[in-house]
Amino acid sequence: MDSVLDGGFAEPVMQSQTAFRAIMDALANPGTIRDLVTSKPIGGLSAELASVMLILADHDTSIWLDDALRGDAAVLEFLSFHTGAPVVRAPGAAVFAGASSASQLPAFAQFNLGTQEYPDRSTTIVLAVPALSGGETLITRGPGIKGHGHINPVGLPKDFVVQWADNRELFPRGIDLLLAADGQVMGLPRSTRISEGH
Amino acid sequence: MNAVAQYNFAYLDEQTKRMIRRAILKAIAIPGYQVPFSSREMPMPYGWGTGGVQVTASIIGPQDVLKVIDQGADDTTNAVSIRAFFAKVAQVETTTHTAEATIIQTRHRIPEKALGQGQILVYQVPIPEPLRFLEPRETETRKMHALEEYGLMHVKLYEDIARHGRIATTYAYPVKVEGRYVMDPSPTPKFDNPKMHMSEALQLFGAGREHRIYAVPPHTEVVSLDFEDHPFEIQHFEEPCALCGASQVYLDEVILDDRGGHMYVCSDTDNCEERRAAGHVGALGADPMEAAE
Repeated sequence: MDSVLDGGFAEPVMQSQTAFRAIMDALANPGTIRDLVTSKPIGGLSAELASVMLILADHDTSIWLDDALRGDAAVLEFLSFHTGAPVVRAPGAAVFAGASSASQLPAFAQFNLGTQEYPDRSTTIVLAVPALSGGETLITRGPGIKGHGHINPVGLPKDFVVQWADNRELFPRGIDLLLAADGQVMGLPRSTRISEGH
Repeated sequence: MNAVAQYNFAYLDEQTKRMIRRAILKAIAIPGYQVPFSSREMPMPYGWGTGGVQVTASIIGPQDVLKVIDQGADDTTNAVSIRAFFAKVAQVETTTHTAEATIIQTRHRIPEKALGQGQILVYQVPIPEPLRFLEPRETETRKMHALEEYGLMHVKLYEDIARHGRIATTYAYPVKVEGRYVMDPSPTPKFDNPKMHMSEALQLFGAGREHRIYAVPPHTEVVSLDFEDHPFEIQHFEEPCALCGASQVYLDEVILDDRGGHMYVCSDTDNCEERRAAGHVGALGADPMEAAE
């Protein structure tokens, strides 16, 4: 049965809490992988992306979607009914950004980077990747990471390390990134430094 | 059918939790920066930990074990009522043992026992802005944070030295987080400042009346401000705890009579009880076997 009611949480209060803790732990411990609570994919919107939007988005938060997702009526209907969040076309106006693949994602600098006075007003980008591990190894350092850590997600934007360094340079401004795949999430807040190497 | 209206799990409505959760995520991403949030009326007055309660309510789940302390003690009014509040509205298990808790809400102390990975410390914060007493205008303090202009804070500490010969600030001692934001650690004694540095636990700060949330992720640098020739120092106590004999812990002075009699006891009641259970006895502590007789 396909209806607009599909895709919501069966137990919204408890499932939102569990999934939020996963996202919070992921951002507080950058590069670690946490289990999300997911419902089901909606059209081109992966189950993980749908879950993050259900947990965090509402009528106060504008959402930017990539072309593939914005062209998908089922996705728009789902977000409209379950979150009430307005969908915006300008990346710079978005509180959350949902991207179905890195190739669909504009440069990080095009999103809202916040201001020196209010760095918290920046965009949180939620990017669906093919896998959270198995790709090229990158080194992470920064708050939440003891010494240094390693991440190896698959399907990052091509010039990710350079873009991320530019984003880090803006601190305290900058975007925060959530990578999602296989029912799991990895958090990369703007405070994390990422370099190539093993 | 249950005719009595029930509160939502953990008291707050889901819309409010989402708003607070978003603020918490941004606070974690920008360690030490105060994120504005739309603080709600809580069933307790401002000053009783409404900020901490809202943060706890937004993160807590049925699997959590909650500990609440007020000045280190599990058994004072504020701690008892907040613990009872969450036991009622979130049906969570509560504890007084630091090691067993997943979430510890605190008013002005950090437990003596080092916190571990996965634990969350939620601070109740009265005045989140460390520069507030130096500059009352929010527009100005916000600009000072934006420009990383913290000279005024050093002037304040310097004036302490000029007047008293040492830095006289003993609580709410300002810290710099990850080399960027100057942050008020809430009115914890400066004794606790070193525990914030590179802590394994996630530290969340909620200021209800002032509508601010801020955070220090685990393994984050937290440095108390000082001068090269006047380095930061914590309080030292000349005698150990009179009940459990602990030194290297924060002690409260208890007046015993009107003739100057006094004793020092652990501020952290759980730590003191555990030590006594393990057989440590201080100068005034009764032997549990003797006391029973």
